Amino acid sequence: MSAELRVWRGSGGEGRFARYEVPFEEGMSVLDALRWIRTHVDSSLAIRYSCVNANACHTCMALVDGRVEYTCTARLTPAGVTVGPLPKRPVIRDLVTDTMPAEEKLGG
Amino acid sequence: MTHLTTDVLVVGAGGAGMYAAVAAAREGRSVLLLDKGLVGRGGATIMAQMTVAAAIGHEEPDDWTLHLEDTLEAGRGICDEPLSRMLCARAPERILEMERWGTRWAREGGHIKQVTAPGHRRRRCCYVDFLSTGPAVAATLRHQVATAGRVRRVSNVAAIEVCVADGRVRGAIALDLSTGSLVTIAARAVVLAAGGLTKIFRRNSASTNMGGEAYWLALQAGAELVDMEFVQFFPIAHLAPRLVGMDPIMWDPFRYKLGGRLLNGRFEEFIHRYGGEDEGRYTAPRDLASYAILKEVEAGRGSPHGGVYLDFRHLPEATLRAAFGPVIDRLLANGIDLTRMPVEVAPTAHYHMGGIAVDERLETRVAGLFAAGEAVGGPGGANRLSGNAISEALVFGERAGTFAAEAAGGADPGWSPTYVDRARAELADLRAREGRGRAPGVVQAELQDVMWEHAGPFRTRDGLERALARVHALGHELPDLTMAAGDVFNLDVQEWYELRAMLASAEAVVVSALQRTESRGAHQRLDAPQMSPAHEKNQRVSLTGGAMTSRWASVVHESLSARGARLHGPPSKPV
Repeated sequence: MSAELRVWRGSGGEGRFARYEVPFEEGMSVLDALRWIRTHVDSSLAIRYSCVNANACHTCMALVDGRVEYTCTARLTPAGVTVGPLPKRPVIRDLVTDTMPAEEKLGG
Repeated sequence: MTHLTTDVLVVGAGGAGMYAAVAAAREGRSVLLLDKGLVGRGGATIMAQMTVAAAIGHEEPDDWTLHLEDTLEAGRGICDEPLSRMLCARAPERILEMERWGTRWAREGGHIKQVTAPGHRRRRCCYVDFLSTGPAVAATLRHQVATAGRVRRVSNVAAIEVCVADGRVRGAIALDLSTGSLVTIAARAVVLAAGGLTKIFRRNSASTNMGGEAYWLALQAGAELVDMEFVQFFPIAHLAPRLVGMDPIMWDPFRYKLGGRLLNGRFEEFIHRYGGEDEGRYTAPRDLASYAILKEVEAGRGSPHGGVYLDFRHLPEATLRAAFGPVIDRLLANGIDLTRMPVEVAPTAHYHMGGIAVDERLETRVAGLFAAGEAVGGPGGANRLSGNAISEALVFGERAGTFAAEAAGGADPGWSPTYVDRARAELADLRAREGRGRAPGVVQAELQDVMWEHAGPFRTRDGLERALARVHALGHELPDLTMAAGDVFNLDVQEWYELRAMLASAEAVVVSALQRTESRGAHQRLDAPQMSPAHEKNQRVSLTGGAMTSRWASVVHESLSARGARLHGPPSKPV
């Protein structure tokens, strides 16, 4: 069984949704699917995460089917899902938005 | 190119790195705190759901010397005793300092509540409910770092090289993920606090930070690593059904509080067959439990997904809820009802006992280069005690930061713009290639498979030699790997540097594991199943002319006077 992900690709206000077929396993998270895409289809997809699975780092937020969610806890279903960058945040690349505190930036 | 100047550079902003930054700032030094991800959000500390061991004696009479004896016993004779001693002696003051800073350790009847854990003879493990120890510690330290005044935090910047000239640290080169460009950093002292290497194994409980970057940085700077063959495989990591939003190590606190029964695929207890005892009380040490579980699986007595069962069905729901409150609902949301079903658990790479070789000032053999936290090798010997990892982060972080601040007080060793030449040429070279090889992340996945299959919980000479050959072959691919276009937030570039560190760390593990022809603690050789007194030694690994070599070294025992004071005197003051 597979599931379709529509994932925002682009930066600086320009972009489009790209479609990916991902093997579906019961219980998998949206982050599992995004990481599968990076390893098996297109490593240029930019995502932000650290703890992978534990919902501890809280850095993997994205817009999942129109709702702000942690991609590590959002469940994928065979019906597929649309994943976009967080709204109201400047997009750095693909699903990575500028969530860094200003004082942690190098250019600051 | 951005150039930064600081007294003390701290690489890695987990528990150890943040504590080091606070400690160095406390001594009046300027500090630059770098993290590959977001400061205070990555690393291992924040993922720790369980306990912190410290002999504060709140629950029952305890003394740090007893904690030390337990730590040395678990380490199977090869702990770096001065480091173990520092860890146990200073853990209590760190725990109490953290409480003053706002960490809400679980309390009961006016004292900090402490529970038991395998290998501890006293109830000395502190925690924050519910399963929130790591996030609470990280939040406290984020606040301390932010208010310390002299700490500049920089996120999404990964150190890729430590610069050394005339035997002294001068600073580092880093990659700014946000722009794809290099950053040069002049520093009088550098603290490596970037964690362990468990990400090099397919089954792991690691965050994305744990690819052995600290080890690579130490090696290329000329420092030594020690005990690299000792990877702790946590015996009862969650295996099935699929569980999201929780650390796979989460069953540990359940077992501390509730016991739980460990059963093979036929629902039989089995730990006793391997010389341990469990009987629902969770007393078998980690190395023995991992061994027993994998042996049951190998004998065809595993659970459906290749592990064993952990069963809490004998406990009423009220007991489960009293102990874990909202966590029970998180489990139900994952389709896991503990009153009705057992879960499947299996060993996973969890922690690295080995690491950077340091002296009692947490300094490597390279002047001005320090290490802290899991990156340090030696205090746990062949098997770390449960509960000692966060203690290490706090104690070694504080010590390394303080000593680094002291080292940064001398004459400025100076910075030369030529230090970046090699890294700049290397990066330009990488970006100029296109389309010939695989992506770095794909090679990382293959390396994880190789290490799990051949250098995991059970090892043989044949398997290790196969692993070494594959690690070398994958290393030869490094110059030809393909990277995506674009400079901004290009994870391929970051993953190339990660892969280089992962390969070096993997090689250090395999080379050391080949030399240790015995089984001791977490290092299990099926072709040499006994512990041999002749191997009661440490191995040190270094890079010489690009080749990785290991040498045997005598175990660093406590000084005789320290031991005498410990055994015969009243509880002595921490060193």
